Amino acid sequence: MATAVVETGERETYLNREYGIKSWLLTVDHKRIALLYLIGITFFFFVGGFFALLVRLELLTPAGDLVQADTYNKLFTMHGQVMVFFFLIPSIPAVLGNFLIPIMIGAKDLAFPRINLLSWYLYIIGGCLMAYTILAGGVDTGWTFYTPLSTEFLKTNVITAALAVFVSGFSSIFTGLNFIVTIHRMRAPGMTWNRLPLFVWAHYATSIIQVLGTPVVAIAIVLVALERLFHLGIFNPALGGDPLLFQHLFWFYSHPAVYIMILPGMGVVSEIVCCFSRKRVFGYQAMAMALLGIAVVGFLVWAHHMFVAGISVYAALIFSLLSYFVAVPSAIKVFNWTATMYKGSITYQTPMIYAFGFVGLFTIGGLTGLFLACLGVDVHVTDTYFVVAHFHYIMVGGTIMAYMGGMHFWWPKISGKLYPEFWGKLSAMIVFIGFNLTFFPQFILGYMGMPRRYWDYSKAPEFQILNVLSTAGASVLAVGYLMPMIYFLWSMRYGKPAPDNPWNAAGLEWLIPSPPSTFNFDEQPVVTWEAYNYDEIREEVPVGQ
Amino acid sequence: MLENIPFWPARASTTANNVDALFIFLVVVSGLMTMLIFTMVTYFAVRYRRRAGRPAEQIAGSHALEITWSIIPFCVFMAFFGWGAIIYFQERTPPKNSAEVYIVAKQWMWKFEHMEGQREINELHVPVGRDVKVIMTSQDVIHSFFVPAFRIKQDVLPGRYTVAWFHATKPGTYHLFCAEYCGTLHSGMIGWVVVMEPKDYEVWMGGGGNQPLAVTGEKLFTELGCVTCHRSDTQGRGPSLVGVYGKPVMLEDGRTLTADENYIRESIVDPGAKIVKGFKPVMPTFQGQISDEQLNALVAYVKSLGQPQSSQTGGKSMAAATP
Repeated sequence: MATAVVETGERETYLNREYGIKSWLLTVDHKRIALLYLIGITFFFFVGGFFALLVRLELLTPAGDLVQADTYNKLFTMHGQVMVFFFLIPSIPAVLGNFLIPIMIGAKDLAFPRINLLSWYLYIIGGCLMAYTILAGGVDTGWTFYTPLSTEFLKTNVITAALAVFVSGFSSIFTGLNFIVTIHRMRAPGMTWNRLPLFVWAHYATSIIQVLGTPVVAIAIVLVALERLFHLGIFNPALGGDPLLFQHLFWFYSHPAVYIMILPGMGVVSEIVCCFSRKRVFGYQAMAMALLGIAVVGFLVWAHHMFVAGISVYAALIFSLLSYFVAVPSAIKVFNWTATMYKGSITYQTPMIYAFGFVGLFTIGGLTGLFLACLGVDVHVTDTYFVVAHFHYIMVGGTIMAYMGGMHFWWPKISGKLYPEFWGKLSAMIVFIGFNLTFFPQFILGYMGMPRRYWDYSKAPEFQILNVLSTAGASVLAVGYLMPMIYFLWSMRYGKPAPDNPWNAAGLEWLIPSPPSTFNFDEQPVVTWEAYNYDEIREEVPVGQ
Repeated sequence: MLENIPFWPARASTTANNVDALFIFLVVVSGLMTMLIFTMVTYFAVRYRRRAGRPAEQIAGSHALEITWSIIPFCVFMAFFGWGAIIYFQERTPPKNSAEVYIVAKQWMWKFEHMEGQREINELHVPVGRDVKVIMTSQDVIHSFFVPAFRIKQDVLPGRYTVAWFHATKPGTYHLFCAEYCGTLHSGMIGWVVVMEPKDYEVWMGGGGNQPLAVTGEKLFTELGCVTCHRSDTQGRGPSLVGVYGKPVMLEDGRTLTADENYIRESIVDPGAKIVKGFKPVMPTFQGQISDEQLNALVAYVKSLGQPQSSQTGGKSMAAATP
């Protein structure tokens, strides 16, 4: 299909079309921007991961004997801020979404390529502000910035941290805007809404949340900064303010934010499960509607983070009820993925191992969400390690597994090389084992009563054994994450060249070369087939891949 | 029986029994659901491994299945919701005639004051078998009063009261933790709740010769000049406070509310917020002039006015009424 060549005589791809730092820093090619994001989020993933390792090391012993209390408080704060805002929220959308959405719908690029580049620069500026915050001594508000602690009592770099989140929020908003317009307006002829891959639907739903929700946390953060600078009395009761107002503003975004983090992962998992089961997805309409349902209802549940905060009993009852409503579409998705495997023709390449892991761990994470939505139980377990375990099951056991699965699935397309399959499978299993060892004990710790954000637990030595298990798991998990870093880099130089469609997968991205040429398609495709047309594809996944 | 399960936390309150029962129900149902999914995925992964000559069977979906596996989980979720809501409603409704303890939280300690006047720091003594209500405020940031063995938790806010209650069922010493991150020594803001047999509690209470909280409040009421406007003969510039606690109050703007601890407290530190019908906004604010402990004493005093058993302790003491 693509016959253009570059000076060396090889086929022109988006990678070799132009060389030089300027061609990268001033690119408007969605694929290059995706790689720029990949570098950024990988860097922040290891920064956030490093902070987590220090936290876990401190918790090996009951006494606070590794770092000082203030340092520990900074470590968990910055672990949370870096991981949420500079890794998880961008991850799948900014890397895989940017790279794949135009191709999956048959377009040459996103609707607004220059805004796409702007999004990346905003992310980098936010990242620099975060790096400055860390180097200038850190911040210790907790990633949640609760007032009046953050506005009246802390002397650390609260405002620069707030600014970092504020700026990177615009990166998120512009990416969401770009995706929404692209998906509405740039689909190739024949690519109807009902033929879109679920990966695209997932990013559409995510983009709606990003555009509607992020401005609210931006305002909340600005108010914190203003309160801190000018003591306006918005959140300070001594001046007539209300500390709970901050919590409402913060969680109004931060709850939908968790759906920003999981929906793209669900999109990835649908692509992988269909490919490695050789089947169309079970219940396409239900799956697409479930994504939208989660996005919409996800805006109505924020105060389930505030059941013991001092809200009225009636408010708590309503938010608990609504939280159970939002659980239904998630459950449907798990059942549909399982049903997709039924009577499939299944193989176990690395992406599928990650997808299996996702289904299992997301199930546990989602079920424990039901515990937290349950008012009577939540009173006991909120603000304890039970919550920490729950959200790590979803964000690490869910999102990161999906991200890794997606990176392996599309790596041949992105890089033109194959990763080593043996090491891929091995890393996936190490991650799965390490993850469960790290986080399952935390459910028990939470029910026992170990609060979050505790530097020292020497008055409760009964917590130690489970903390030791958790830390051991974290070291295993770290190994599991380092391995792909190494072999992906290795594959860029020494990996086998990838064919156009190493998996015989369905989807427009597999009809173009690996890696793609700059404008993706030689001619605009005309789509006449449904999504996941594995009945037409027929070939199995090549063995030995 | 549950005590035999490793890692199961101590259970020392009526609430703990209720919460544990619900928790076990959730664990069992979730466990079954997890096993169901894990088993099906594993079974399908093995049973439907790629085999030569057997291609995948394309199945579009099934409305019947989608509806079934939406409705059944939904019904189960509603059961979770309902049971949890009942427990929560009970947890948020302190029983009448609970004994009361005032708590002032600050970075990084818990200060307790019993109605009889005993003060404690980081350790709270209570008798077993009695309803105890804690009326809490913070001097600085948001804290959270958490007693795992009672399965209760309630954030403690600056500028207002929040309330929790428990009914201890087993003598012993139980962890008290701050559960809302509050700065440097958040993990050091811990202590103990000591549940004692009633007679041991009497003994502990007896030593001290403390001034009951409501009496402290009465003295302040005079010293600060409250008595000049809030006269019991209703001739004052301010409303009479006799019997005000727990009763409806009609405000100038037409609203009616019930006078609870927060209303009384607010009336002292922000009197302009709510004006009683028929009165003028002339009361000065005491914000910044009295400590949280003094506020508690005043509130305890006002609550005691006009109560049927206006004993020395102003009612609500743990030793006074026997259950």
